[in-house]
Amino acid sequence: MSVFKKLRSFYFPYRRDFIWSMLFLIIVAGITVVYPVILQMTIDEVVLGGQYNWVPWISLGFISVMAVKGLSTFIQHYLADMFGIKSVYSLRNALYEKLQRQSFSYYDNAKTGDLMSRLTADVEGFRFFVSFGFSEVLRFIIVVGASLCVMFYYSVSLTFVTIAALPFISVVVYKFDKSVHPAFRGIRESFGRLNTKVQENISGIHTVKALSKEKVEIERFNKSNQDYRTKQLFTASIWSKYFPLMELIGNISVVALLAFGGYKVINGSLKPGELVAFYSLIWYILWPIMNLGFTINMFSQAKASGERLLEVLEAKEAIIDEETIRQSEKVVGHVVFRDVTFRYQTEKTAALKQINFDVPPGSTIGLIGATGSGKTSVIQLLSRFYDPTEGDILIDDRLIKEYSLKTLRSQIGVVLQETFLFSSTIKANISYGRPEATMEEIIDAAIRADAHEFIMELPGGYNTMLGERGMGLSGGQKQRIAIARAICTNPAILILDDATSAVDMETEFQIQKALQEVMKGRTTFIIAHRISSLQHADEILVLDNGSIIERGTHDELLAGNGAYRRIYNIQYQDHEAIMQKAVR
Amino acid sequence: MKENQRKKLILERFHYSQDQVIDKPFNWQQMWRLLEYVKPYAKNLLPLSFLTVLISTAIRLLIPILIGVYTLDKAIIEKDTTLLIQLVFIISGLYIVSYVVNALRIRWMNQLGQNVIYDLRKHLFTHVQSLSHRFFDQRSAGSILVRIMNDINSLQELFTSGVINLLTDFLLLFATIFILFSLNAKLTIAIMVILPIMFFISTSLRKKIRLSWQEVRSIQSKMNSHLNESIQGIRVTQTFTQENENTQFFKALNYDNLQRWKLAVRKNAMFGPLVEMTNAVGTVILIWYGAVLVANGECTIGEFVSFAFYLGMFWEPISRLGQLYNQLLIGMASSERIFEFLDERPIVKEAAKPLELSSIKGQIEFEEVEFSYDATRKALNGVSFSIQAGETVALVGHTGSGKTTIANLVSRFYDATRGVVKIDGHSIRELSIASLRSQISVVLQETFIFSGTIMENIRFGNPDASDEDVMAAAKAVGADSFITQLANGYHTEVEERGNVLSVGERQLLSFARALLADPKILILDEATASIDTETEVKIQQALKTLLKGRTAIMIAHRLSTIREADKIIVLDHGHILEQGNHDTLMAKQGVYYGLVKAQYKMLGAV
Repeated sequence: MSVFKKLRSFYFPYRRDFIWSMLFLIIVAGITVVYPVILQMTIDEVVLGGQYNWVPWISLGFISVMAVKGLSTFIQHYLADMFGIKSVYSLRNALYEKLQRQSFSYYDNAKTGDLMSRLTADVEGFRFFVSFGFSEVLRFIIVVGASLCVMFYYSVSLTFVTIAALPFISVVVYKFDKSVHPAFRGIRESFGRLNTKVQENISGIHTVKALSKEKVEIERFNKSNQDYRTKQLFTASIWSKYFPLMELIGNISVVALLAFGGYKVINGSLKPGELVAFYSLIWYILWPIMNLGFTINMFSQAKASGERLLEVLEAKEAIIDEETIRQSEKVVGHVVFRDVTFRYQTEKTAALKQINFDVPPGSTIGLIGATGSGKTSVIQLLSRFYDPTEGDILIDDRLIKEYSLKTLRSQIGVVLQETFLFSSTIKANISYGRPEATMEEIIDAAIRADAHEFIMELPGGYNTMLGERGMGLSGGQKQRIAIARAICTNPAILILDDATSAVDMETEFQIQKALQEVMKGRTTFIIAHRISSLQHADEILVLDNGSIIERGTHDELLAGNGAYRRIYNIQYQDHEAIMQKAVR
Repeated sequence: MKENQRKKLILERFHYSQDQVIDKPFNWQQMWRLLEYVKPYAKNLLPLSFLTVLISTAIRLLIPILIGVYTLDKAIIEKDTTLLIQLVFIISGLYIVSYVVNALRIRWMNQLGQNVIYDLRKHLFTHVQSLSHRFFDQRSAGSILVRIMNDINSLQELFTSGVINLLTDFLLLFATIFILFSLNAKLTIAIMVILPIMFFISTSLRKKIRLSWQEVRSIQSKMNSHLNESIQGIRVTQTFTQENENTQFFKALNYDNLQRWKLAVRKNAMFGPLVEMTNAVGTVILIWYGAVLVANGECTIGEFVSFAFYLGMFWEPISRLGQLYNQLLIGMASSERIFEFLDERPIVKEAAKPLELSSIKGQIEFEEVEFSYDATRKALNGVSFSIQAGETVALVGHTGSGKTTIANLVSRFYDATRGVVKIDGHSIRELSIASLRSQISVVLQETFIFSGTIMENIRFGNPDASDEDVMAAAKAVGADSFITQLANGYHTEVEERGNVLSVGERQLLSFARALLADPKILILDEATASIDTETEVKIQQALKTLLKGRTAIMIAHRLSTIREADKIIVLDHGHILEQGNHDTLMAKQGVYYGLVKAQYKMLGAV
């Protein structure tokens, strides 16, 4: 129950809906039991007793009672739903806000699929419970209790005969629930696998066709398809085993009722109408018991869902603003790393070891090194997506912790290695970091990123949709939009993390030219594999396994005959070959 | 004012497609086509299911009469104990029969439905596999997935219970009315007043409710799209400090969802009470008019009780028919989308008498080949060239010059609009597609990784290869060293979205895959993506192994590969501008010379 207590703040504000819904539920459940009583009165008093003058009163009474019940059912149902959806509304907002603020280290360990299932299935499980969980229990108690009372009032011995079946039916219900829930989970999992299989096949269809492996793929699909059918039929077989059995036990009760009740009517100790009323009342007890398993299952599911939601809500935010943050102000862009060491939570070895550098405002620094050498870690620390394990990072001679995250990050424009564009217009994508940017500013950013020309050639120009339902852009085009997006915020510090990787050499050449312009007056970090991208940097750091193994300008490093020189040789063998031809 | 405008921009910052489920009117032709899938079961499962439903329905109809008219009227009120005992045994017997029949019914009906769904999905998937590249170019992977998975699943209910229930419910309804009439005509007519109301609630109101749920679902799918995107794009969002703005967007969406949900809930909550009220009206008629009839001696107590039971039975078939009606409308929309795919024909067709080539030499010829992806733009415009077996040819040109098109035509992913593509002197249209493609391996720029082990991924090139073959291929292309460094070596699980493999390592895997397939013709779309220099050296070495003894068409960017090619074809806007080897083209000082000089300028800022 502590789970629901912790989630209290999401549903407690709407408790009025809940309380009213419960009050109306009591009315509804009470009236349900009235129906057999009226039937009994009609038969015994009116029909058999000849009290025909009661007819209008009974009819009128019945219809008005039913009207009250109808209205109460509506209100009860509506308010219970309201209670659930309002709670979920505030829960969703809280979850979203939390996730927006979680740091990179959180997302390093979280899987999108898992988070999505928490945000959808678990939220839904929580809502269902809030809406129906409590009310189902209350309804069960009232209906079963009231029915038993009425039955005992009519005949104690007949009541015992009819409820003799309850232990049996409880056992069957228990067994049924125990096997049907895993079976349902089996269906869901099998469907998930089938879904993954088909999705993978379609995403990789070009590879499938290129290797003409359609037949293999159809076979693999068939396996999953067959499994799904098997799981469905297995569940159906459980259903067919237990469900008719439950019905049979219920029906045996009915027969027992008929036999013993009929005997009692014949010897005069029971009225015919009471027997008929029993016939209805017995189902009021049996049905809720058959459903009990479902209700209990809902409880345990909701508890598990609630726990998973709390995990998201209670996860610590690794990076938050310090209490003594400075007011937002424009920085010049003097970046200093002082003995910085950094280790990712999940890794054993440090990603960066004792990194030192000093970048004067407006200068350009290049980072080169193999995959995993620590280049990207450097810039992630600068934006404070992670905090260093040891050492200090300063901008304009102040620790970056002293700036608010908003101030710090809005001074840094980043073009990431993997271009992520949102499902929106090109215009909104470019102005993502500054939604209030004017059209002129957006176009200006696009021109500087060498993107304006191709954007204008698109059918919708700047209003062309990107993303899931949008135009497919080439890797190079996407990257130019990402560059425009970074420029649009007019940052003091610019970070290009492999920004020109997906374009061919000629396009890269053009972008490089454009970047020369953009970089003016900004402190720029360039991460690249190609020497041509960073040869003009004021200082180049060569990283290997988290350490700086060489540093200097392009010319200095070439003269040094070290790792940089080796990379240069490999990359420039073409160039030398052409030079030779040209000489010849 | 400025603040308002900013807010408006934020609320409109993302756009997601909404999959509107539009109702389709009932369509007989489509229905018949769907029923074709039931045909294989017309002689076994269908009649069996129908029989069980018939029996269980008959028992359900019989029991109220037995209890009301016989047990109550004849045995209990007449105080006939022997008859009571006899009736108790008869009813018990019927219940036991009903137990057995119901168990069989559930089993058979599910078998029928699941088999039909299985067949339909298999048919659709197999058909989609046979479709050509153009089909996949025009659609997103998601939209194809939705049809194979969700649209087919939405027919599940229809086939498991719908078809049989349709017959049974009509039967049940008419039988109930018939029995009631034979019990007491006057009372029946009086009670039948509620029938039209019930029909109305069950069809029209339910439809309205369903439509407003659809609105809720569509906004929820929008919300889910955004959630998914916001998680995947979280690094960009935080980089640009847009957390607050996105939260603002989401809250607005969430609020919109709340409002629509409220509306749907209000309609939904009306359904149950209305049904009950209608039932209550029926009951009142029964009590009032029934009492009058009993008083006049026109109706017995047993009949009266039977009526009370049957009245409760009215609702069930009507409710199910209404549900079925709604299912049918959804089913129509789904099946229309499914049939749209099934009616798609592969554009690349197998020849009537396809030629099976067990082994080819690998000589390729293009004769005046024209090709256009759409009506407005020609991708290739009268291209002719020939490649000798074992030669390496480099295609050079800007994006959109037609390089990839040539590669696609050789594999026959598309057919040339005009002209002929020949392999070993045969037009490729005469060859069987499978035998053609099994001789060609394509290494795409983006390597697709299927979920499974690395071993399975390499073996995708040749399912018959042994583990040793796979490892030998990996060694030959230099992938072995990084694979053995992984925790589980060749048995490491990988997936498309996973980050176990770097771009370069993926490339090496696809080389191994291609080598294992042992093709005579190799098509390589050289990756331009950023690969660190060490890996790049490995890839270049792997290429040399791979090219030995094969005809190769390379879409090349690196000068080193281009320079070593036997032939270089320079393309521009679907035309061949120049062809020849590096030396002749350099000597010619034409377009190629210019391209090389441009790269030289870029590299050579020393």
